[in-house]
Amino acid sequence: MTTTLGARPAPGRGRARARHRLTVLAFTAPAVLGFVLFFGYPLVATVVFSFTRYDLINPPELTGLANYEFMFKDPLLVKAITNTLWFVVVLTLARTAFALGVASVIARLKSGVGLIRTLCYLPSLAPPVAATLVFFMVLRPNGGPVDSFLGWFGVDSPLWFSDPAWAKPGITAIMLWISGDLMIIILAAILDVPQEQYEAAELDGAGPVRRWWHVTLPTISPVLLFGVVNSVILALQLFTQAVVAGSAGSGAADATGSTKYLGFPDNSTLTFPVYLYAQGFRYFDMGYAAAMATLLFVISFGVTILLVQRMRKNSSAEEGGPGA
Amino acid sequence: MTATLTKPPSDIPTEPENPRRGRTKGAFLHWVATHALGLALGLMFATPVVFVFLTAVMPDDQAFTSDLWPREWHWENFVEVFDQAPLFRYLVNSLTYSLLATGGMLLSSIPAAYALAKLRWRGRNLAFLLVIGAMMLPPQVVAVPLYDTWSSLGLTGTLWPLIVPYFLFDAFSIFLLRQFMLTIPQSYVDAARVDGCSEFQAMVRIVVPMAKPGIAATALFCFLFTWNDYFGPLLYTGEVKDQWTLSLALATFKGMHIVQWNSSMAVTFLTMVPAVVLFVFAQKSFVKGITFTGVKG
Repeated sequence: MTTTLGARPAPGRGRARARHRLTVLAFTAPAVLGFVLFFGYPLVATVVFSFTRYDLINPPELTGLANYEFMFKDPLLVKAITNTLWFVVVLTLARTAFALGVASVIARLKSGVGLIRTLCYLPSLAPPVAATLVFFMVLRPNGGPVDSFLGWFGVDSPLWFSDPAWAKPGITAIMLWISGDLMIIILAAILDVPQEQYEAAELDGAGPVRRWWHVTLPTISPVLLFGVVNSVILALQLFTQAVVAGSAGSGAADATGSTKYLGFPDNSTLTFPVYLYAQGFRYFDMGYAAAMATLLFVISFGVTILLVQRMRKNSSAEEGGPGA
Repeated sequence: MTATLTKPPSDIPTEPENPRRGRTKGAFLHWVATHALGLALGLMFATPVVFVFLTAVMPDDQAFTSDLWPREWHWENFVEVFDQAPLFRYLVNSLTYSLLATGGMLLSSIPAAYALAKLRWRGRNLAFLLVIGAMMLPPQVVAVPLYDTWSSLGLTGTLWPLIVPYFLFDAFSIFLLRQFMLTIPQSYVDAARVDGCSEFQAMVRIVVPMAKPGIAATALFCFLFTWNDYFGPLLYTGEVKDQWTLSLALATFKGMHIVQWNSSMAVTFLTMVPAVVLFVFAQKSFVKGITFTGVKG
C-alpha cells in the first residue's frame, strides 16, 4: 500500500525530482502561508504578548511574569477554570453517554430509521445562538412548555438560566440537543460491527443486553474514545452558548460593550474562553488574555496529542500504513 | 421522502431471526417497545422547534402567556421582524461571509488535501499533524495577536478578517477532503500520470470529479460553520452594527425584544431555516461527511 502511494520519481533523475518538489510546493504554498500567518505567528505572538502589558493603543510593555503571577490572585480566573472543568467532566460524560444511548436505540429500529435519525440529527445544524434561545424559550420558568409540563406533576420548574445552580445544567441540555453529529458517528460504528460476532454471542446464549455490553461496546470503543476527546475539546472551547445564555438570562439589551451579563448569573456561565474574551476584548488587557490563551493552548495541545495517538493506533491497525 | 433517502444500504446487518423463537408475541412486543422508544426520541428532538414555531406565530398579547397553541395564526410575524431590525442587511452580511469563505476554502483546500493524500513528499505526515493541531486549537488561543494585526491593518469592524483566512488555509476542510481523497484508489491517479497528465490535470480531471460527494460535504460544513459562527463576528464586527451577521444579531434581538417572544422566536426560527433546507437537499453528503470525521479520522 505504502509503495503504491504517490508519484515518487525514480532515484538519480535529478530534474524530475526537482520538478516534483516544485509541484508539491505549488499545491501546498497557500496552505503553508495561511498556516504561518494564522497559526504559526499568532501562537508565538500570544506567548510573547503574555509577558507584556498591552492595551492595543499604547505599545506593549514588558512585565515579565506579572500576568502569570496575577493568575494566582484572580478569583474570577479560579471561577472560570472551575466552570470549564465542570463542563469538561459533566458535558463530556453526558454527551458521550447520551449519543451512545440514542445511537443504540436507532440501531435497533427496523422501520422509520431515516426519519428518526433525521429528527435527532437536525438540531445539531442549528446556529448555536438559535439553539440557546430555543432552550431559553422552552425552559422559561414562567409558563414555558417545560414549566407547564412539570406543573402537571406538581413540580416547580427550576429557574434555569437565572439560577447559578441551574445555568450550567441548562447549557448542558442545549449541548445534548445538538449532539446529533456524534450520534451519527457512533451509529455508523454500531452498524459496522460484524454480524457474525452477534450471531456467535447469541449461540452462546447472550441476550440483547449482554450482546450490547460484550460485543457492541468493545468493538466501537475507539469511536467512543473519539467522542470523549471531541467532547473535551468542545467543553474547553465552550463560548457561544455561555455568552448567549448569560445575556438572555440577564435580559441585557446590548450584545456588545456591556460586560455585565458575561457569566450571568453570578459568574456561573463564565467559562475560561468567555473570561479570556472579557479580559482581552472588553477590558483590553491583551497581555493577561494572552497569558490565559497560552494556558488554554497548553491544555488543548495535550488533548490533541491524545487524539492523534488514538488515530495513529487506529490507522496502523486498519490500513497498516500511511494514515495519520 | 426523508425516509427513503436515508435508508441504510442493504449490506447493513439486521437483527437475526431467532429460529427457535420465531415470530412470537414476545418478538412483536419487543418491536413495539423499541419503536415507541425511537419515536419518543425523535419527538423529543423535534418538540423544542415546534414550540418555537408555535410561539412565533402567536399574537403579541398571547406570546408571553403560558399558552402552547396559538389563538390566531399570525404568519405576518415572520415578515414584521424585518421591520424591527435590519435583518435583510444581516442576511446579506451572513451570506457574504459564508459564500466567500466557502469559495475561498474550495480554492485553497482542494490542492492542499490533494498534496496530503496523493503526492509523496518528505514532511507530509508532519504537515498532516499540524493540520490536525490547527483544527483542534480553540479560536480564542490565537485571537489576541490576530486581532492586533487586523486592527493595525484597519480591517477590524469588517468581515474581511473572517473571510481572508479561508482563501489560504482551513484546517478542518483540508482534513476532511484528505480523508475523502484517500478513498480514491491510487491506481486512477497513477494511470493518469502514465497517460502524461500533470499533477494539476490529474487533480482536476480525475480526483476532483471522483471526490465530488466529499467536496460537497466539505463545502456544506464550511458554509454552515461560518453561518453559525458567533465568536468570529462578535470579535471583529461587534462594535459595528451594520456589519453584523444574523447569528450575532439574533443574540442581541432577544435582549431588545425581551417581552415579545413571538418576534424573537420568529427570528430564531428563520436563522435555522437554511440549515434545514441544505440538509433536505443534501442529506447523503451530510451523513457521509459526519461519518468521515469520526470513523476514518
